[in-house]
Amino acid sequence: MSILIDDKTRVIIQGFTGDKGTFHGREMLAYGTNLVGGVTPGKGGHRHLDRPVFHTVKEAVRATGAEASLIFVPAAFCADAIMEAADAGIRLVVAITDGIPAQDMMMVKRYLFRYARDRKTMLVGPNCAGIISPGKAMMGIMPGHIYMKGKVGLVTRSGTLGYEAASQMKALGIGVSTSVGIGGDPINGSSFVDVLRLFEEDAETEAVMMIGEIGGPQEAEAARFFLEHGRKPVIGYVAGLSAPKGRRMGHAGAIIRAFGESAAEKVEIMREAGITVAASPAELGSTIAKALSTGAKRVAVPT
Amino acid sequence: MDIHEYQAKELLAGFGVAIPRGGVAYSPEQAVYRATEIGGTRWAVKAQIHSGARGKAGGIKVCTSEDEVRQAAKALLGKRLVTHQTGPEGRVVHRLYVEAAVPIERELYVGFVLDRKSERIMIVAHPHGGMEIEELTEREPETIIRSVVEPAVGMTPFQAREIAFALGLRAGDVNRAVTTLLGCYRAFRDLDATMVEINPLVLTTDGQLLTLDAKMTFDDNALFRRPNVSELRDYAEEDPKESQAGEYGINYVALDGEIGCIVNGAGLAMATMDLIQHAGSSPANFLDVGGGASPDKVTNAFRLVLADPKVKAVLVNIFAGINRCDWVAQGVVQAVRELRPPVPLVVRLAGTNVEDGRRILRDSGLQLVTADTLTEAAERVVAALKATGRKTGNAKA
Repeated sequence: MSILIDDKTRVIIQGFTGDKGTFHGREMLAYGTNLVGGVTPGKGGHRHLDRPVFHTVKEAVRATGAEASLIFVPAAFCADAIMEAADAGIRLVVAITDGIPAQDMMMVKRYLFRYARDRKTMLVGPNCAGIISPGKAMMGIMPGHIYMKGKVGLVTRSGTLGYEAASQMKALGIGVSTSVGIGGDPINGSSFVDVLRLFEEDAETEAVMMIGEIGGPQEAEAARFFLEHGRKPVIGYVAGLSAPKGRRMGHAGAIIRAFGESAAEKVEIMREAGITVAASPAELGSTIAKALSTGAKRVAVPT
Repeated sequence: MDIHEYQAKELLAGFGVAIPRGGVAYSPEQAVYRATEIGGTRWAVKAQIHSGARGKAGGIKVCTSEDEVRQAAKALLGKRLVTHQTGPEGRVVHRLYVEAAVPIERELYVGFVLDRKSERIMIVAHPHGGMEIEELTEREPETIIRSVVEPAVGMTPFQAREIAFALGLRAGDVNRAVTTLLGCYRAFRDLDATMVEINPLVLTTDGQLLTLDAKMTFDDNALFRRPNVSELRDYAEEDPKESQAGEYGINYVALDGEIGCIVNGAGLAMATMDLIQHAGSSPANFLDVGGGASPDKVTNAFRLVLADPKVKAVLVNIFAGINRCDWVAQGVVQAVRELRPPVPLVVRLAGTNVEDGRRILRDSGLQLVTADTLTEAAERVVAALKATGRKTGNAKA
């Protein structure tokens, strides 16, 4: 098993005929993804990469039964593309696009609330590398060959740091069940908790590697979730320990700032919750290897 | 993107927010002209830099004669102000704002922010505004008034009333506070701000409610649709290297260390900095070349990094997904030939087209150290740095 996507998931690409949609569409087909078509308004009726192109997502869903959509639409139009996919009944939307205005994302998240739980769309990203279930399907921009199929769930904010983790794991013979890039934007579709919950329920995932970074409350929330619900070991890393305090304007940021937003505070909160945190980004693979070999269900708190 | 106080006030005034009379000045003569234009007998001459806490740093002078205004303007223009928000290098004053000084009865605090937890616009307010607001709210966090805006509806008048009453305003002043709060919210929403702050919002002894200082920060991702905001950009307030990097499409932040970093992806860039620190050295910069890095872009990244005299070694760390290692390698070769870096260079490539990339580096005949893994990269760059340190030591001896 894996989470979110497998070799049967029917995937479309929004922004299919553009450079990025074409390049990564080809890579995804080569990887074995069940890419059933794409959407580019104005180019419906054509074929691209030997797949049908549609004007609208609704047409694509009707003709292909698509369940998941990967979005490469430019930032200015991306919020609209995400909402179009949700309204067409797409259950999983992965937005690769970076640079979406924050208030557009606020609107998108509000829009996604309008659907009942049983037909809600899960949004992953934006500004992320996408999702890969190694050996089954790839829905994103990652180099597929660096992932080995296996039993560790991988969830990361940063795309490239996720690649780093996957390749260190592969070098040690450790495989990945599914890797999810949740993206680095201040407002994103799915949080660490959303993905951890899916890994907890996935029979083939035995442990999770979670890679966070400085800023925002999501790592601290994930630590709290792990403390209350985690049954599988979680190994973490937080990028940004050496980042200096940024310049800033005004007092508002300092007033609403909560404990748990700096990298050091995140590491402290994660360790207190029982998550093993790698000391350096060069030790992502070795830290998870050690955790797997001890066979601990819940790794003891290192002091 | 940040803007100046006077620009924020002009924008907010357009949304019905009441401000004292004032005008911008670039010279002492102009400052005096502004004062006479405003009228009255008391003026505040305020340094315009992108920072708060200017009062504490001596950037705001209250004057009671034209001559005092002239002297204050002379003293402030060209002065370097250091506040806890500017960092130790401070900011040079190029513009002044001359404003009617008002008789203050009470100072309040009002801020609008994008709250990452609720993922909505949040209003934070406090009955005691002014310079000590951060210390005050840290000491007594329970006294902070908070209100979150439902994005489908926008800020409602009842929310604004609740805040106004919680601020302890008299019934007669509440309506004016509601106008100010709703005006700030509309400005935030319509202009794609990420922060609007009024500190202090003052109640004057003659019963007015005025915005005495205002700050606004805007979402860089939304500037494309806010031309009236992006034209307010003041390049003099920005680090010249960071603006240069922006033109190259590179994300760069200068730091204090000695190892220059060229990396793709913000997360990996931060992790590379952490690794250098972990290995006992220190990073000279944060640099993310972004996706689709062409050879020219990589060369420009080298330009930025090598312009820093503190840099004693350079580490290139690329894990290509949307990027291509062969392009990056071509960029490295081009940069070394063009710029002839005087410091050792360690290159680590992984991911898309890595074999082509490594072959290009090998065939170039250039003197560079390569590494396959992150661990090797860190060890080799720190070793290279130590080796140059020894060389300089010997030369001195």
